[in-house]
Amino acid sequence: MRVRAILGLLGAAMVSLLCLGGSVLAAAAVPMAPGDEGISINVILLDQGQPTAENPKGTPIPGVRIIVEDATGTEIGNDVTNKKGVASVSVAEGGDYVVRLDTDTLPEGTELSDPDDVTNSVNVLGFDTTVQFPIGLAERTGTDIGTRILGLVLSGLKFGLIIALASLGLSLVFGTTGLTNFSHGELVTLGALLAYGFNAGLGLHVLIAAPLAVVAMAVVGYLQDAGFWSPLRRRGTGNIALMIVSIGLALFLRSLFQYVFGGDTKAYDRYVTQTPWTLGPLSITPKSFAIDVIAVVVLVLVSLAVARTRLGKATRAVADNPPLSASSGINVNAIISIVWIMGTALAGLSGVLLGLDQQVEFQMGFKILLLVFAAVTLGGLGTIWGAMAGSIVVGLLVELSTLIIPSELKYIGALLLLIVILLFRPQGLFGRAERVG
Amino acid sequence: MDWGFIFEQAMASALGPDAVVYALAAIGLNVHFGYTGLLNFGQAGFMAVAAYGLAASVASWGLSFWVGLLVGLGAAGVLALLLGAPTLRLRADYLAIVTIAAAEILRIVIGSVSLKDEFGGRDGLQAFNASFTDLNPYNGTVDLGVFSLSRADAWVTTVGWVLVALCCLLVWALMRSPWGRVLKSIREDEDAVRSLGKNVFGYKMQALVLGGLFGALAGFMVALQQAAINPDNFSTDVTFNAYAVLILGGAARVLGPVVGAVIFWFLISGLGTFFSEAAGGTDPLIPTWLMTDTQASLVRFILLGAGLAALMILRPQGIFGDRRELAIDAR
Amino acid sequence: MPAEATGSHAASESVGTTGTTTRDHDAILVGEDVIRRFGGLTAVDVDRVEVKRGLITALIGPNGAGKTTFFNVLTGFDQPDSGSWSFNGRSLKGMPPYKVARLGMVRTFQLTKVLAKLSVIENMRLGATGQRGESMLSAVFPTLWRSQEKINTERADTLLQRFNLDAKREDFAGSLSGGQRKLLEMARALMVDPDLIMLDEPMAGVNPALKQSLLGHVKGLRDEGRTVLFVEHDMDMVRDISDWVIVMAQGKIVAQGPPLEVMANPKVIDAYLGAHHDSDLSVEEEEARLEKVRERLQAKTGPRDREDGDPRE
Repeated sequence: MRVRAILGLLGAAMVSLLCLGGSVLAAAAVPMAPGDEGISINVILLDQGQPTAENPKGTPIPGVRIIVEDATGTEIGNDVTNKKGVASVSVAEGGDYVVRLDTDTLPEGTELSDPDDVTNSVNVLGFDTTVQFPIGLAERTGTDIGTRILGLVLSGLKFGLIIALASLGLSLVFGTTGLTNFSHGELVTLGALLAYGFNAGLGLHVLIAAPLAVVAMAVVGYLQDAGFWSPLRRRGTGNIALMIVSIGLALFLRSLFQYVFGGDTKAYDRYVTQTPWTLGPLSITPKSFAIDVIAVVVLVLVSLAVARTRLGKATRAVADNPPLSASSGINVNAIISIVWIMGTALAGLSGVLLGLDQQVEFQMGFKILLLVFAAVTLGGLGTIWGAMAGSIVVGLLVELSTLIIPSELKYIGALLLLIVILLFRPQGLFGRAERVG
Repeated sequence: MDWGFIFEQAMASALGPDAVVYALAAIGLNVHFGYTGLLNFGQAGFMAVAAYGLAASVASWGLSFWVGLLVGLGAAGVLALLLGAPTLRLRADYLAIVTIAAAEILRIVIGSVSLKDEFGGRDGLQAFNASFTDLNPYNGTVDLGVFSLSRADAWVTTVGWVLVALCCLLVWALMRSPWGRVLKSIREDEDAVRSLGKNVFGYKMQALVLGGLFGALAGFMVALQQAAINPDNFSTDVTFNAYAVLILGGAARVLGPVVGAVIFWFLISGLGTFFSEAAGGTDPLIPTWLMTDTQASLVRFILLGAGLAALMILRPQGIFGDRRELAIDAR
Repeated sequence: MPAEATGSHAASESVGTTGTTTRDHDAILVGEDVIRRFGGLTAVDVDRVEVKRGLITALIGPNGAGKTTFFNVLTGFDQPDSGSWSFNGRSLKGMPPYKVARLGMVRTFQLTKVLAKLSVIENMRLGATGQRGESMLSAVFPTLWRSQEKINTERADTLLQRFNLDAKREDFAGSLSGGQRKLLEMARALMVDPDLIMLDEPMAGVNPALKQSLLGHVKGLRDEGRTVLFVEHDMDMVRDISDWVIVMAQGKIVAQGPPLEVMANPKVIDAYLGAHHDSDLSVEEEEARLEKVRERLQAKTGPRDREDGDPRE
């Protein structure tokens, strides 16, 4: 019934967004910046970490002093940014000028993206020239905390859902075969790469390439079980040995991806940048919304299948106790094969969505692998509901932790939580104490 | 194709500082995994805290180099205690996940902008090993026939192999003692050991700390060899490569890690040079549509991954191991 | 049904009707109100149990009666939900297994735990207690432990001879047959020099020829002054060697007394038949059956990874 909890969370988020929405729509129109005769150097200060409905490019920062000097360092003039974040200084003629920002006048909590970048050299050619000081690109600071939290919750949920797809696959395979698969991250990557290949290589529309990639991943899942893992199981290779084999496979695949795909980041040919839909303080791009919906639908369907269908019950029986299932007439190998197909397709879908959300890169799956492990362990190894709930927790934690810690450290919270959970509740948040593993 | 050059490059890596680092890291893993059955997937973390303990002590906190060494060893020991306390009572794969997570946490924290003053962010730390280079007894390049070592490398390599020899001696002495017998028994069946009145948790912890200290030595060697460190020196792949070294040479063999490191680096460096020769130049042996210069440097890592998986499946006891004594139950 | 019969009831009954040697022996191991539940299932619910010093006590009962769980609880390998139990008057509550063993109460396992990749003699040496060489610091200096090791080895060799394993001294323990493994485990437990030796199904998987010699060895343990508690589900095996029999069914002690008397007890027969009437498999039974399957598999293919076990100590 974790799905209901997830849906509930989503619903709660929506409602709170609607409530908060009204209060922010009160910004008054501001008169234009003074445009004196002659040439002017204009500065627009926007906190780009804080895009809002009426200011999609970022929140204006008023009250900041801007000083313009000529090439010899003599001050030509200065101005203070208005409510639109605009300051304007007139200069007599074209030429080289230095625009300096007085950092002491920046509002509390707001900093330049590059703290060393307080001066900007401009060559004015006889037209009005606009100068920008990047603010809030690397870190989001200041302004409306509520809006920020909402944004983070939304992106956390999205990230959590993407992770959940991958965790589900990992958890299913672990549950039925006992394999801790370190090459699972590469399956995520492969899904994204295949979608990119179908899209950029074969010229298919993203909406065709993406499902095609998931289907291809299902085939990959079947093949890797039949051709690789199944023979190893038959030899009776131990779990620890298999884990090391999976590490080798991961290294192999990751280098191979880099060989074929290259080391740079690429994007699908559509849906790269989108204008967000806005609803009060909340803004969500159509693709993010689509990612959420697809992930939720797939997760619900898979969970229902595992909970309700005969196949699902057999899967759980195998996960619970393979020898007993075998002796009660379940074809364990067939079940494991299906689990591999499902798990790999889910990992592939996770990669496709991750590629859509961010971009495609040869180690994108490897980078989230530990978070997937954290999610699975958090929920309790081998439990399906736990894996999904754990993923949502990890996704939210990763995003919301940036409220407190720099975003460069945002993965740490989830990894620390993983260690703490193992310390106090090794069976995971949702696992039963008796039957661990 | 200049075979002589390829051989020279391969030998320089196989007997040089690269192999020393991985031999030491793998000796640590051998104590963990080969003898005790502990899956430490965070050896890079032990190397990192030691290397950064040393470098930050000298470069950021103005302590002496020798105090820095103690700080590094101490940090590795503390890390072992911290990781061991919650996980050594749990199943083997929990330790694996916790150690790999801890190593990643450390790598991210060490490279963070917030701690740039202490650890230098992405750029890492430099200028901390003057006390070490001052002791260099060599006067110039050392020519070993097949390859030659620069003055600095020769000194690092000498110290490194002496360390490797001492560590092997220690492992050999420990593993033939009743203490080593308890470790090997824990690897086989810890409940049996428990039923005979041995404190299994205590022994596992001792093994984790000891192996972590060997990892610390490997971290020191990274720092000394490069005379500079950055977070990328301690990525997860370092640990996995050290496992490849261990398994190649043979787990639970005193000299396994050493043999493994030499062969590993001979192959990695030799293959790297071979493919860059084969794919480079005006008239490359391998056409550029199949392999570019950049791709050439990747082939060895593709082979490394495939090799690790194949080795684990086909010859898990390593090149010189005895299948009956195989530490990992692989079949 | 047997669930109604309590342990103390059965005990008083049997003591009243027999006047045997048991009165001369004090209790080496006492357990009271020991309860162990797995989820909704109560695997062990023992009001009171005593194991008398210097005797061979058999703990019998049908599959799934909770014998092995009770064994695990007594030796510290499992923690009960409630209850108290003591050895030589010392409470064992919350004590980790290795400390229990050091007190002189050593167990073997139903699924034999020999250290397959160590030689037979190394298996034996491991059993010796108080080894100076087992401390990490003195391990490096053989002069500190070599003489002790020699004494231990001599003791081990004597035991190997007694258990007819001397010919296998240098072999890997993994190469031994099922019965030889049982013997090795028993011999290794004796290296600890225990007061009480607890054998979990010492006859399981042993061929009939070796069974008689195993029974002889168990008697030998008593004759040299040790107390033996062993688990068995086959009543015929028990009759020959035990001085006292405790019968468990569905987690409770349903009867106890001298073997012949217990076997005539209708409650015991009920317990055995009753268990067979039940068609539902309890978790315990399931486990026991699985254990058997695993054992058979293991006999075929050698030992497997331990990963399928419980991850906690």
